[in-house]
Amino acid sequence: MLAVDGVSKRFGGLMAVDSATLSLQPGGIIGLIGPNGAGKTTLFSMISGFVAPTDGRIRFEGTDITAEEPHRRAERGIGRTFQIVQPFAGLTVCENIAVGAYLRHAKRADATAKARDVARRVGLGSELDRPAGGLTVAGRKRLELARALATEPKLLLLDEVLAGLNPSEIRDIIPVIRGIRDEGVTILMIEHVMQAVMNLCERVYVLAQGRMIAEGPPAVVCADARVIEAYLGHGAAARLKAEGAAHG
Amino acid sequence: MTARDLIPIAVLTLLAALLPLVVTSSPVLNFLVFMLIVALGAQGWNILGGFGGQFSFGHAAFFGTGAYVTAILQVRYGVNAWAGLVLATAAGAAVGWVIGFLSFRSGLRGSYFALVTLAFAEVFRILANAASFTGGAAGLLIKLDVRAVNLQFDDRAVFYWLVLAFVAAVLLLTRWIQRSRFGAQLVAVRENEDAAKALGVNSLTVKLRAIALSGGVTALSGCLYAQYFLYIDANIAYGSWISVELLLAPIIGGVGTVFGPVVGALTLHGLGEVAKQFAGRIPGIDLIVFGGVLVLAVAFARGGILGLLERLRDRGRGMVTRGPKEVSHAGR
Repeated sequence: MLAVDGVSKRFGGLMAVDSATLSLQPGGIIGLIGPNGAGKTTLFSMISGFVAPTDGRIRFEGTDITAEEPHRRAERGIGRTFQIVQPFAGLTVCENIAVGAYLRHAKRADATAKARDVARRVGLGSELDRPAGGLTVAGRKRLELARALATEPKLLLLDEVLAGLNPSEIRDIIPVIRGIRDEGVTILMIEHVMQAVMNLCERVYVLAQGRMIAEGPPAVVCADARVIEAYLGHGAAARLKAEGAAHG
Repeated sequence: MTARDLIPIAVLTLLAALLPLVVTSSPVLNFLVFMLIVALGAQGWNILGGFGGQFSFGHAAFFGTGAYVTAILQVRYGVNAWAGLVLATAAGAAVGWVIGFLSFRSGLRGSYFALVTLAFAEVFRILANAASFTGGAAGLLIKLDVRAVNLQFDDRAVFYWLVLAFVAAVLLLTRWIQRSRFGAQLVAVRENEDAAKALGVNSLTVKLRAIALSGGVTALSGCLYAQYFLYIDANIAYGSWISVELLLAPIIGGVGTVFGPVVGALTLHGLGEVAKQFAGRIPGIDLIVFGGVLVLAVAFARGGILGLLERLRDRGRGMVTRGPKEVSHAGR
């Protein structure tokens, strides 16, 4: 459904993303991992339309969307969350989510009903009338998720929704993400919490220094020498193997 | 919109409509009409600045356009005053759309947008002062011909009711905005434009609609000003005094609220008049009062008078329902 074809982004002298290619079939949860500064968020921003690629094409459901505005992509069914949460701080939780719901529901009553429904699904049902600025970190992450869900996306881009949460909060939110997948939404998620990646993702892409270096099931990718070296440095894979042999 | 949304507007409008039956003195009616004209213009500012978060320092551009369009059409082309009113409003909306298109499409926000609007208003003022068909520095005099067809009435109360009707209509419009998809998207753009775009909000279209509505309403107030005082020149119509008045009233009354601009205009001009009564010999005493009230509002009541009232009400309720032990949580 999504085809990212040789997409690059150059910021001055820095090649943030260097001809990355990625393709998603409908359904499932796909991970996008990589060390800090690998270009994951830049790639997300290009898929959602906030950053224009220097090179390459992006197609969604067969249509070329490379030049489309973010709001048009949202209409097509690409939803996203932000790594740094962006709540409408002055509005209540319900009003925040309703902005997303208004995309497919023109009437206030319908949009509000949809917002309440989504809030319950992500576990914000009891916080509907609270100002969004007063939510905890976990609450704000849920709100990001809820707003994106309210737009009824076909493809949901989650940018580190688990970052900053404690282990019990992560445990609480994982079934929510799985529930979204079960309803037929395709999910592409950037994540550093490897436990969650192993747990949730069927397939992962690994981005390092702007290049796509590996792709496959999480267990296979994590054993890949190139991936280990991208995270831990040159020669790390060989050292780990030697240590493993010594202990084994 | 529900009955609960409409009743406060209806009640306040009716109460205000009864005023001329009690008060018949001309100076007081003059004051009320002027105050309502400022309130109407401020309501226009509030649509863009309050709901959309795009602070304009140059709403004189719309006020003046409304005033000049109706005056020029009547004086130069003999157009009927009521038609002039409609055309003036449309012209204000068009000017708003154009200024919005030029500045929003280039991504101007915050203080940059404010400065650009100020610049537009000043350019209009200088052009109106120089061109001959605007009457130049001598200004334009609309011919005195007191007939309802000409939008001139011998009883000041009638004009008061007319302006009040427009104010009420814009109260309804603002309430509709607050309850509609357009309003929700406009507020979302104010709070966080990127987040709004990610949720499918076309922020350019939303802001253009807001500035066109805003420009139309403020132009209507400018047109009514010209029609009431029957004389305008560049420094009245496009002067920075009106830009300041139109943004002060909502800020004092409550930015982004339905009644804020009206409450603010009433408070400001009420206090200004009182100050003139007591210290009328000091020129500009009302402006000093405006400044003082602005400082007070910014320092102690960021949500304006309406925001302050709401806080006091919540605090009062908290005392009663939560009991003394939980009151300490109320501030969170």
